[in-house]
Amino acid sequence: MQNKTFYNEILTEHNLHPEHKHALDDANLVLEGVNPSCGDDIWLKLKVENDIVVDGAFEGDGCAISQASADIMLDLVIGKTKDEALKLADLFLKMIKGTVTDEELEELEEASVLQDISHMPARVKCAVLGWHTMQEMLDEKD
Amino acid sequence: MRADRKKDFPLLRDNSIVYLDTAATSQKPECVLKAESEFYEKYNANPFRGIHELGEMATEKYEEARQTVQEFIHAKEPEEIVFVRNATEALNLVAYSLGSEILKPGDEILVSIMEHHSNLLPWQQAAKRTGAKVVYLECTQDGHFTEEAFQKAISDHTKIVAMTHVSNVLGCKNDLKTFAKIAHEHGAVFVADGAQSVPHMSVDVQDLDVDFLSFSGHKMFAPMGIGVLYGKRALLEKMPPFLCGGEMIDSVTREGAVWAEVPHKFEAGTVNAAGACALAEAIRYIEKIGFDTVEETESRLTKLAMEGMKQIHGVHVVGSPKAEDHHGIITFTLDGVHPHDVASILDADHIAVRAGHHCAQPLLKHLGISSATRLSLGIYNDEEDIHAFLKSLAEIRRQMGYAE
Repeated sequence: MQNKTFYNEILTEHNLHPEHKHALDDANLVLEGVNPSCGDDIWLKLKVENDIVVDGAFEGDGCAISQASADIMLDLVIGKTKDEALKLADLFLKMIKGTVTDEELEELEEASVLQDISHMPARVKCAVLGWHTMQEMLDEKD
Repeated sequence: MRADRKKDFPLLRDNSIVYLDTAATSQKPECVLKAESEFYEKYNANPFRGIHELGEMATEKYEEARQTVQEFIHAKEPEEIVFVRNATEALNLVAYSLGSEILKPGDEILVSIMEHHSNLLPWQQAAKRTGAKVVYLECTQDGHFTEEAFQKAISDHTKIVAMTHVSNVLGCKNDLKTFAKIAHEHGAVFVADGAQSVPHMSVDVQDLDVDFLSFSGHKMFAPMGIGVLYGKRALLEKMPPFLCGGEMIDSVTREGAVWAEVPHKFEAGTVNAAGACALAEAIRYIEKIGFDTVEETESRLTKLAMEGMKQIHGVHVVGSPKAEDHHGIITFTLDGVHPHDVASILDADHIAVRAGHHCAQPLLKHLGISSATRLSLGIYNDEEDIHAFLKSLAEIRRQMGYAE
């Protein structure tokens, strides 16, 4: 059946086989993010050295949108500097608010599959959970 | 077969939506919408105050509505019907007002684990204020309270028992009559939540012999913002007011006040008279259809849905496997798919269901699940709605990337 859901292949793939969903024993930044409306509950773990996100992972449970979004985010930010990661988070939130430009959207790569979530206010919190959690972690270090 | 009933409901008539969320709130028939606007168009004045023609008519309409509710739930007298905003407010009123009157340190409030948060949190707060203790009555996995379990949980310290008539998650109906009798033998007051029963089945408060019964108008075709607390007169008279202010006093001095008679003692401030008139019209609408037809329709569709769901890989119905235990409420999980994703995918097919913890977190925890999806039926639903739901549900796992 064809319908207008945004549960496309990229999203379901990241949900069913999340590359970054595992323990990360040498993480030096760990924070829990909770979305009470869906009951999403993730633990985001980052290893940051010399202002570079050298590794990252998440654990926990939640809906497909929260899980896939966190996995896609880690794909994007691992290997980037803190500032680059925070800039991507800004772009992601701009995309959700619907104020992103086409060029900015390209920088978000796979994360752009979540663009349509802006039409579903009830699910926005699921999509931004990982990103908000990362912002809090990286901002706090300053 | 498309139910003719849909034509009574403007939203369903002019919309392709498959509405399966009646336990959250029902759709409103045209006659109810008209009754509400008719009050404002023809009778609008502040009831009980104006010494003028309109004021008297407004009062008369409001009191007529009270009588309609009284007869609908078979209360002994209209004074036992208190108009409130919704079931939540009704239960807060009882917990606050009755709680402050009868609870002392060491007393127990026996609350069923099946309760909606609205029949749980007010009791937790009452316990905190008075030093009483909340004790939980647990149900079996299929949503059953045994008489033995009830006898074991109740004691002579039990002052209040709080129990829902029909569970908003499991759909099961509790034997209020039996449990109220046992509660009374222990000298306890029995507070029932009728939010999910009163709209769907004939309820006789005198036969059940419950001391209080709460329900919301908006779940039974009436507008949001009008609800009912039924209470036995002797208890209502004993209780202090919940809210204080206008039109709930006999006289006021600098030092204090003499409260008005029941039910006005509990209806402080300007009342929702238009809502009460609309609720009375909703009751007339239900009575015109008849509870026999309501129950027959809802149980036929429940059975159809449950049989179809059984054929779909990964679907698990929460509670009893028997359709007759569900009263139009079917809560389920789908293996590997979060309930909010289930609801979003159904929504893309214009099917409205509820997903989440259903304001009953302790119950879900007791059942060993964290959240679930719920479909709930109303008189306007038909076979087409169920088929559309089943067709969409059957595709969800594949859409989420599973092989079947």
